[in-house]
Amino acid sequence: MSGGAILPLRLDGIRYEAGGNVILRGIDATFGAGTRTIILGANGAGKSVLLRICHGLIVPTAGSVRWANGEARPRAQAMAFQRPVLLRRSVLANIEYALGLAGVAGTARREQAAAALARVGLSAIGTRSARVLSGGEQQRVALARAWALRPSILFLDEPTASLDPAAARNIESIVQAIHAAGTKIVMTTHNLALARRLADDILFLHDGAVVEAAAAGEFFSRPRTPLARAFIEGELS
Amino acid sequence: MRDFTLALAGAARLLAQGDPELWQIIRLSLAVTLSATLVATLVGAPLGALLAIARFPGRRVIVVVLNGFMGLPPVVVGLGVYLLLSRSGPLGALGILFTAKAMVIAQSLLITPIIASLMRQVVEDAWSEYREQLVSLGASAWRSGFTLLWDTRYSLVTALLAGFGRAAAEVGAVMIVGGNIANYTRVMTTAIALQTSMGDLPLALALGCVLIAIIIGINAIAYGVRNWAQRHYR
Amino acid sequence: MKLFQLLLIALVALPAYAQNRFITVASTTSTEQSGLFPHLLPAFTKATGIDVHVVALGTGQALDLAKRGDADVVFVHDRPAEDKFVAEGFGVGRRDVMYNDFIIAGPKSDPAKVAGMTDADAAMRKIAESKSPFISRGDRSGTNMAELRLWKSAGVAPEKLKESWYRDTGSGMGPSLNTAASMNAYILADRGTWLSFKNPRDLVILVQSDKVLFNPYGVMLVNPAKFPNVKKEEGQKFIDWLVSPDGQKTIASYQINGKQLFFPDAH
Repeated sequence: MSGGAILPLRLDGIRYEAGGNVILRGIDATFGAGTRTIILGANGAGKSVLLRICHGLIVPTAGSVRWANGEARPRAQAMAFQRPVLLRRSVLANIEYALGLAGVAGTARREQAAAALARVGLSAIGTRSARVLSGGEQQRVALARAWALRPSILFLDEPTASLDPAAARNIESIVQAIHAAGTKIVMTTHNLALARRLADDILFLHDGAVVEAAAAGEFFSRPRTPLARAFIEGELS
Repeated sequence: MRDFTLALAGAARLLAQGDPELWQIIRLSLAVTLSATLVATLVGAPLGALLAIARFPGRRVIVVVLNGFMGLPPVVVGLGVYLLLSRSGPLGALGILFTAKAMVIAQSLLITPIIASLMRQVVEDAWSEYREQLVSLGASAWRSGFTLLWDTRYSLVTALLAGFGRAAAEVGAVMIVGGNIANYTRVMTTAIALQTSMGDLPLALALGCVLIAIIIGINAIAYGVRNWAQRHYR
Repeated sequence: MKLFQLLLIALVALPAYAQNRFITVASTTSTEQSGLFPHLLPAFTKATGIDVHVVALGTGQALDLAKRGDADVVFVHDRPAEDKFVAEGFGVGRRDVMYNDFIIAGPKSDPAKVAGMTDADAAMRKIAESKSPFISRGDRSGTNMAELRLWKSAGVAPEKLKESWYRDTGSGMGPSLNTAASMNAYILADRGTWLSFKNPRDLVILVQSDKVLFNPYGVMLVNPAKFPNVKKEEGQKFIDWLVSPDGQKTIASYQINGKQLFFPDAH
């Protein structure tokens, strides 16, 4: 990946307004390498928008997104969405497509795609049509695709919200593996249990603002604000 | 009703007899219309994808006009191309008036808006689903366009067939720019027009049945290819 | 992708179509529909190796086409229009080639009582006076111009032609004959198209053989001084062949149902 280390990622005063509504009101945050950061909050808190601003899919109304190497939008990042988007071709071809965009040449592409698929345990379906797979399998392929790119940071937007529990657990273990291999994880969810299992740091959003930012252990055992406390106790959806 | 049964029988007889002039007319019709469909696809599909993905001032006006051009009257297109290619016109020096090339040009102009317009709609619908993922992977606008054209390829085949059908059925454009020259630029539709004007309605109807059979045949082939591709690939 | 390659081959193969030497001749729909060309032209091609591409339109359209330089030779049957064409500098070297004739056809019931007349002017006058339905081509073709000249020489006032018995179809000989047949109307037609016309229903020939019904054909080269692209050598070869004994003999030998259609007239 080019340009040197891209982390930490710094957000300064991120504001986002759309259709007359203020969705994010001045967010400051730093995402450092090595940890799993979970952006927690109720529906409508602005988590998905914040993630997309970090990944460069949305331009903020105000504020700055600064990567450590000064690039506006580094290539060493990837994202997985709540509903995975795969192309109308084979599973392997989907991964090879992403590798091709990243500048990997022909034979290396095939080998790396096969290896990535093996890491998520789906080698058997490499030649199947990607769009007819189950939701869980599609998400695994999407993660294999992201992993094949060896990103420095992986954004995930509610990756298990549409999946049954077994598939969700599978996705969790893949995310853990990607992290163990050296990728920074930033994930949004409103699922407390998932956050407890996975998070190193918590960024708790409410109504477009950061209410609390703390290490996971701290956040869950000694929340500092009433909103956080209410959320942990399940009173905020 | 009797006229139609006679026409069908006439069509079968024409094909069975293997009249060389008829087969030459059929071959020319297919060559002209298939070529025009190819050109219209190569130009129209990327144009449609571009209109679906790019955002620029005036885009909506272009989309509306393009949609309107799906209904371009063939005789008007023919007239326009004739005036362009006439010796007294700007492109007269090319000397391609009254040749098959002129017919391909006229039909390509006629059906490019159809393919562009249909693919714009198809790609626009797909873009709303694919946009974030493709931007995330770092695909440029051009690359995204071609990726979506491939992903929507079954709809692309339908658009192609719509264009082919329109070109295969039209007579106004090819009559004016081709001149309906016997053994040189006479195609199915102009041959039918000629036989009708000569009062030989049974022959005209029979030729009409042959033409319809050919168009259905092309559609059947496309359908078969698509099914086979879906089963054996993705 | 195989289909792609096939189409590419089709496109590339197109230029391979008939690239012999050829000339473009602007002629009329009635001449084409008489079936003369498939009989006449192969003899010329055999003698000279030059193909003839005939673009068949109404006489007015054919001359307009030539005035834009889109033809090498003009072969039509409207002497006044041809003379004007030459006078305006668009055509050179006009030669007489042949003539056929017009006939007046009408319903068997013959309401205007013109059957068997040999005075065409008188017959047209009777049709106008009886206000029997009459179909006109109205398309500035040679046939149309001949018809209008007949009304004039018959003394029928132009206002009479605006009455409802006179129908103007604005189309070619064939479609006009179709209309006359379905309406049981009178019509002036060239003998060639009439003999090849397959759908006459109750129409029969009622008036013929008057000299004024003769329909002379002329051929001329589009002026190469005005249009340098005109193939003047090959075009002139065609004209010379048409008026030569060989060409004239071929013209005379063309028959429909055993009847000669065109009479050589080169001099």
